[in-house]
Amino acid sequence: MHLDHSHASDGPAALSADAVRPDGRRRALRIGLGGPVGSGKTATVAALCRALRDELSLAVVTNDIYTREDAAFLLREAVLPPERIMAVETGACPHTAIRDDISANLEAVEDLETVFAHEGVGPLDLVLVESGGDNLTATFSRGLVDAQLFVIDVAGGDDIPRKGGPGVTTADLLVVNKTDLAPYVGSDLQRMARDAKEQRAELPVVFQSLRSPAGVSEVAAWVRERHAAWTAA
Amino acid sequence: MSRATLLVLADGRFPAGGHAHSGGAEAAVAAGRVTGAADLAEFCRGRLHTSGLVAAALAAAAALGTDPLQLDEAADARTPSAALRTAARKLGRQMMRAARATWPSAELDALASARPRGAHQPVVLGLAARSAGLGPEDAAYVAAYESVSGPATAVVRLLSLDPFDATAVLARLAPDLDRVAADAAECARRVPEEGVDALPASSAPLLDIGAEAHAAWAVRLFAS
Repeated sequence: MHLDHSHASDGPAALSADAVRPDGRRRALRIGLGGPVGSGKTATVAALCRALRDELSLAVVTNDIYTREDAAFLLREAVLPPERIMAVETGACPHTAIRDDISANLEAVEDLETVFAHEGVGPLDLVLVESGGDNLTATFSRGLVDAQLFVIDVAGGDDIPRKGGPGVTTADLLVVNKTDLAPYVGSDLQRMARDAKEQRAELPVVFQSLRSPAGVSEVAAWVRERHAAWTAA
Repeated sequence: MSRATLLVLADGRFPAGGHAHSGGAEAAVAAGRVTGAADLAEFCRGRLHTSGLVAAALAAAAALGTDPLQLDEAADARTPSAALRTAARKLGRQMMRAARATWPSAELDALASARPRGAHQPVVLGLAARSAGLGPEDAAYVAAYESVSGPATAVVRLLSLDPFDATAVLARLAPDLDRVAADAAECARRVPEEGVDALPASSAPLLDIGAEAHAAWAVRLFAS
């Protein structure tokens, strides 16, 4: 018989993003990071891990399109121990795996939660789910994550906030990355901020450069707030 | 039975993880065995009459109420490739989640508890059909059709094959699909008397070998 045929002591697994795990404990907060290819999702995840790993028990699920590069990058950078990083394969459709058919991602998240719930280190506080690089329409299902941030970069064109699309307009946090490149690619940050405000009304926007001293700190602060609200709920 | 329910279960967009798997097509494309619509038709015909038939019979038996744990072992015995056993259990777990959300039943809950890491997908599919009020022929049809629709969709992405040609391939397979589903259901009906040995055990060695090689690739588009 297979080793994985062990009987669950606490009934069958959860179906969707139920806030309470089958063992009765409140599960970890799940935050999705989406955005176009090359905008800096993985670099932002790595920076968030470094900023938060001493205060929160966290894990990452990556969704590479056809490689394990993103997971490999996080491992190489040693931002988290390998047992806290899991890669999901998406069959050429990264948006399907985070929106239309979330089952593989849910299983990865639940497996991480279960492993840590049963080991001495204690349950997870936060799981970051990074989508494969996709287009401007890719958003996470509410069945998979509790909040999502959408990462674009100034070098991808300063008209992206104006163009809108579900990622830009509806993400809980819009991150405009690589602001240090703006002068070199002729991107107008004020225009981007104005357009983003118009598209998103009261939803927050962060402009960041991971090369600046402030780095990921504003986004990390937003994640901390989300986590505090999640545990207080 | 409700014909509309069958459509829901058979819909390629039913959220049970199938989109990430090519059913061996990615390995076959890379090996140069599938290069266009004609090869795809032969690939699908071969898969349908081997692993497709086995999957359809397992699904039909589960829909008839055969002990799913016994069927799960029968599926293991009929799947020599470790990579394909892993893929089948992964997909079974994903199918279980979708089935419990759409057609909840005590039988599905019991199997989910007994196999938290997933039972073989055709077994879960058959039990899902049973929970949805569908019969063994219905379950066999869904499993048989999935055995060819997955590779056809994957080849559209892998070769930029004309999607109309790929769909025409599936349409031409309809008589074969009818026959396989009928044979599968008939075998499943013999299980109460003859045991699970009444279920077919046809295999496609090249699919098994391809799956083992594919699982070791560092760069791939599909999970299997």
